[in-house]
Amino acid sequence: MTAPAPVALAGAPTARRRRPRGSASPGRTVVKVIAGVVIALVFVAPYLIMLVGSFKSRNNILAVPPTYLPEQWHPENYLTMWSTPETPLPYNLISTIVISVFATALVLLVCVPAAYYTARFRFPGRGIFLFLVVVTQMLQPTVLATGLFKEMVALGINDTWLAMILVNAAFNLAFAIWIMHSFFAGVPKEVDEAAQLDGAGKWTVLFRVQLPLVWPGIVTAIIYTFVASWNEFAASLVILSTDANQPLSVALTKFVGQYDAAWQYVFAVSVVAVIPVVVLFMLIEKRLVGGLTAGSVK
Amino acid sequence: MTSTAEATQAGTATGRPRRGASPKPTGGSDLLHAVPWTLPALILIFGVVLFPAGYMIYNSTRKISIAGVDHGSVGLQNYLTVLSRPELPGILLNTLVWVVSVVVITVVVSLALAQFLDKNFPGRRWVRMAIIVPWAASVVMTTTVFVYGLDPFYGIINKFLVDIHLLAEPFGFTKEPVPAFISSIGIAVFVSLPFTTYTILAGLAGIPGDMLEAAKVDGASAFRSYFSVTLPNLRNAIALATLINIINVFNSLPILKLMTGSIPGYKADTTTTYVFKLLQNEQRIDLSSALSVINFLIVLVVVGLYLWIVKPMKEVS
Repeated sequence: MTAPAPVALAGAPTARRRRPRGSASPGRTVVKVIAGVVIALVFVAPYLIMLVGSFKSRNNILAVPPTYLPEQWHPENYLTMWSTPETPLPYNLISTIVISVFATALVLLVCVPAAYYTARFRFPGRGIFLFLVVVTQMLQPTVLATGLFKEMVALGINDTWLAMILVNAAFNLAFAIWIMHSFFAGVPKEVDEAAQLDGAGKWTVLFRVQLPLVWPGIVTAIIYTFVASWNEFAASLVILSTDANQPLSVALTKFVGQYDAAWQYVFAVSVVAVIPVVVLFMLIEKRLVGGLTAGSVK
Repeated sequence: MTSTAEATQAGTATGRPRRGASPKPTGGSDLLHAVPWTLPALILIFGVVLFPAGYMIYNSTRKISIAGVDHGSVGLQNYLTVLSRPELPGILLNTLVWVVSVVVITVVVSLALAQFLDKNFPGRRWVRMAIIVPWAASVVMTTTVFVYGLDPFYGIINKFLVDIHLLAEPFGFTKEPVPAFISSIGIAVFVSLPFTTYTILAGLAGIPGDMLEAAKVDGASAFRSYFSVTLPNLRNAIALATLINIINVFNSLPILKLMTGSIPGYKADTTTTYVFKLLQNEQRIDLSSALSVINFLIVLVVVGLYLWIVKPMKEVS
């Protein structure tokens, strides 16, 4: 129930419960490994279809009956996809990157101080502040999309990157505050006090003493926000109306539902978009749950 | 590794002027000291979360033309208009079926998956990594694979199902509302499993090992010890995963939009996809606001349940 739950949650207890007894027979281990391989295959199967499909020619991918593997491998799809008529993909990629990077930067700017202060100090309204954060965490742009759209129109920033940077930052702020809050709370107070005795102010303590200690929490917040912004769909769909401004998630839907679908490009773009975020998520695998659940899994 | 922290440090430091220290140094109020630290987050929460919610409620009581011009207040007329639409009862039923089936199947499958992944076997880490992939990948992109794969003519999943003799011939999963809706439930379960499994794994890790040992010593069968020791200890993790999933699944747009969007009519719509149809196909901001407000209230009820059952605030107070 103590605060540094995210770190302890995934790593330590499993290690403690690992009972290296000789009772597990080799036969059962083999069964488990086979089951593990099957489960892993099921979870990556759609992405294998995606990867293999991205190398097929247009005729091959629309062939009836379909073939599992490409008749001929077409790696050049990864080059020609940038100039398809359906959507200006280079711009879509730039939009996705700009929105995700700036939303992540904004989240850091806003959440590091808030997480540190609420983890370290008691002040009137602290409970209300954290309550608002919890409620925000449970809300999503989808349910507020109509309101967000009208607000951005009223502000004159609909169909701009800025609007989506603000939306992504606001809706990922809760995760970032929780995960960093629990990391800050996990640093012994004596560390702060020692620095304060040396005459350091609160901001100095935060930047010089705390940040180097809690960097795993910060990296987790950065990656989570980046990935969530990268994949955001509903708000972008209504707020960004110009083709070139739309992120990849929205741009891709242009290929689907039409009779003449360029699936090989859909998949090539998806592979390019999916690989980086999968790698990033794997890096923070052990800490993902902590930020999503405010450390309350027990 | 430290360079990440230092980069952040420098960036943040230059970006934030230390305003709060100057205004009233003698006041000494704790609240005032907290302002510079928490105000930016509050501005973002109020400006981009709470304000649009309020603005949406306001718009739901206005008559707004297709061009976006406000023609004044109409009271609750928009709500009455939306609720009396002939397709609405079906959409409400779909929403209920959608949320309940996706969440129940997800939680049950995740319980089994987590139980398996909690055991030791060579390569367990790789299986856990594989399960993360649908979590990280864009739901839009994951769904496009299924839209393609389930096509009756060129779909590769259809071909696979025929090749392993599960189907006699390719089936048009995406062509009719009911099969498309059921297939969408499957996709929604698929993308919800990673988070749910990881949450339950975290819960399993929190059960003291000696508790299960004790049950074993007492002669409890594996079945018995699962239901009387493991499951009760997972109560919080399951409650949490269920509530977060209810919200995610209720709010889910891309799966149904891609899988059933090209099917005419509203037979495969939930209230969430219906909002976007009202907004994008009919350009009715007033009606979609009214329905969004109803959705928002439903979400708030779930949030209330979350606060009441899971008590996330207990951790920090």
